[in-house]
Amino acid sequence: MHKGNFNISLKNISKIEGHTHMDIAVKNNEAVSVKLKISENKRFYRDAVKGMGYKAAPMHLARICGTCSPAHMSCVCEAVERAMNIRISEQSRALRELLLLGNIIRDHGMHLYFFCLPDIFGVDSVLDFDKKKDNLIHNALHVKEAGNMLCNAVGGRAVHPPFANVGGFNELPSKENVREALKELKEARQYALDFIDTFFVKDMSFKRDTNFVALCGKGFSYIDGVIKTSSGKVIEEEDYREHLEKVIIPYSNASAFEFEFKEFMVGALARLNLNKDELEKSTRKDCSRYLKVFPSNDIFHNNLAQAISVVNAIDKSVKMLESMDFKKEKIPEAKLGKANVGVGVIEAPRGTLYHMIGVDAKGIVNRSEVIIPTSQNVIHLEKSMVDFVNAMLSKGISKEKISMNVERLIRAYDPCMSCATHFLKINWK
Amino acid sequence: MQKKKLGIFSFTCCEGCTVVFIELLNNHFFDYKNRFDFVSFRQLKSNNKTGKMDFAIIEGAISTASEKKKLLEIRKKAKKIIAIGSCACTGAPSNQRNNFRPEIKKEIEKQVKALRQLKTIEPLKKYVKVDILLNGCPVNITQLEKAMEGL
Ligand code: SF4
Repeated sequence: MHKGNFNISLKNISKIEGHTHMDIAVKNNEAVSVKLKISENKRFYRDAVKGMGYKAAPMHLARICGTCSPAHMSCVCEAVERAMNIRISEQSRALRELLLLGNIIRDHGMHLYFFCLPDIFGVDSVLDFDKKKDNLIHNALHVKEAGNMLCNAVGGRAVHPPFANVGGFNELPSKENVREALKELKEARQYALDFIDTFFVKDMSFKRDTNFVALCGKGFSYIDGVIKTSSGKVIEEEDYREHLEKVIIPYSNASAFEFEFKEFMVGALARLNLNKDELEKSTRKDCSRYLKVFPSNDIFHNNLAQAISVVNAIDKSVKMLESMDFKKEKIPEAKLGKANVGVGVIEAPRGTLYHMIGVDAKGIVNRSEVIIPTSQNVIHLEKSMVDFVNAMLSKGISKEKISMNVERLIRAYDPCMSCATHFLKINWK
Repeated sequence: MQKKKLGIFSFTCCEGCTVVFIELLNNHFFDYKNRFDFVSFRQLKSNNKTGKMDFAIIEGAISTASEKKKLLEIRKKAKKIIAIGSCACTGAPSNQRNNFRPEIKKEIEKQVKALRQLKTIEPLKKYVKVDILLNGCPVNITQLEKAMEGL
């Protein structure tokens, strides 16, 4: 048993996106506070984008985060389009969906295979696996590459995709790239399926009563739908604006936050909990054994949910690519002359992402707000951590082991601190 | 053959260039693993050290005194520094606040102080000698692949 008071301080937490530290204070053998600390690398994108033309906003704001840039890009495009009354075509909508599916495969892939897999096999790094695991790594890389190729084909690049734009895509995927991506995706499917069992871990569990929140759409869309919560709320498209304002305010006022939502959680687990019936039929069939787990309030099931989502993203993108014949279209122009505000809402790999863009009558950006998934999860994460640590303290688990498990739980949340550096206030609790 | 010691470091940026490196691993994982001993790679391992190394691949611009200190330390320990991406090579786009209009600079002044950032955000070459510059936002994957062949 530990006696008295001590601190657990995790510096430069590795195998997550971005830089962060965590401090846990233990008094009389009880965790009294947990703080996830953000680093100092803020880059002031919201201020920088003011004064720019509306067309420049998406590629600029996407530089918030290299990991999920296709998500930021698509979300800002949607916000600008809503602000400027631009209707995008069905084909553009499909391309946007495909870009996000590719991003889901490569981003969940990176998190699962590079960040979490070492935890499962008890090594520090994916670089430390011995020869016996070469096959497993080979399969993992194959799945990741399939996502990468899908992003390359549709977006022109996986990081900061140049084809995606306000109003649609300024270049269409070439036949050859589509063919190659399809081949890679089909080959990767079995690997992605086999990995699900690997991430159905039984040695770690942390259950917490949770209000899950996700944009839930038909066909498990990452761009269209309504916001649902496990407490039973449904927020329609036209109310996003009001909803968004309410979620933004909390950053300067903690009580407002509690009032609107109480702590909640977004991400792959939330999506499966709220919308698993909309997964592809083939995914539902082949993952049925694991899908029974959902809805689940075990945070470690976020990894399982990601592994299933990878299979679904493969199934859905294959189906879409096989049925589509891309045709050159004119990108619709904006109508200038009226100041307005638009809100984009999409599901990024780590959860619901909101961008709000204000434009003046000339189409110059005069306002930009963004809520990233990690900032929505952070209160939940900190509160969970207190309970998680206390449960371990009461079992007399060593400080070293506690630190290790704490890191595993942080990774299960899949936080993205590259995004978070920008939008968390410095002194939140 | 002795493995070359390689460190991957990330300063103020979106980390997109490291993501490009991680995508490069899809096809080069075993090759790089055989050729290099990764002494530092925060995204992939804990226990990261800034010890003696043959190469340091660095993304991001320098925004705080602690980043500057770390960069100087890397320069002392690394035989070659490879700057990847425009943040590391030119400062942009991470350095955009350097060029904000005076009113906006005033607005963000408090935050800059609270975050303990330096007056301006600068590329690596402002503080140290950089041996190879691979520009682009993000770094061009083919150029990075080529540069890796030569290390
Ligand atoms: S150069 Fe571009 S992609 Fe690379 S880290 Fe900087 S902002 Fe991100």
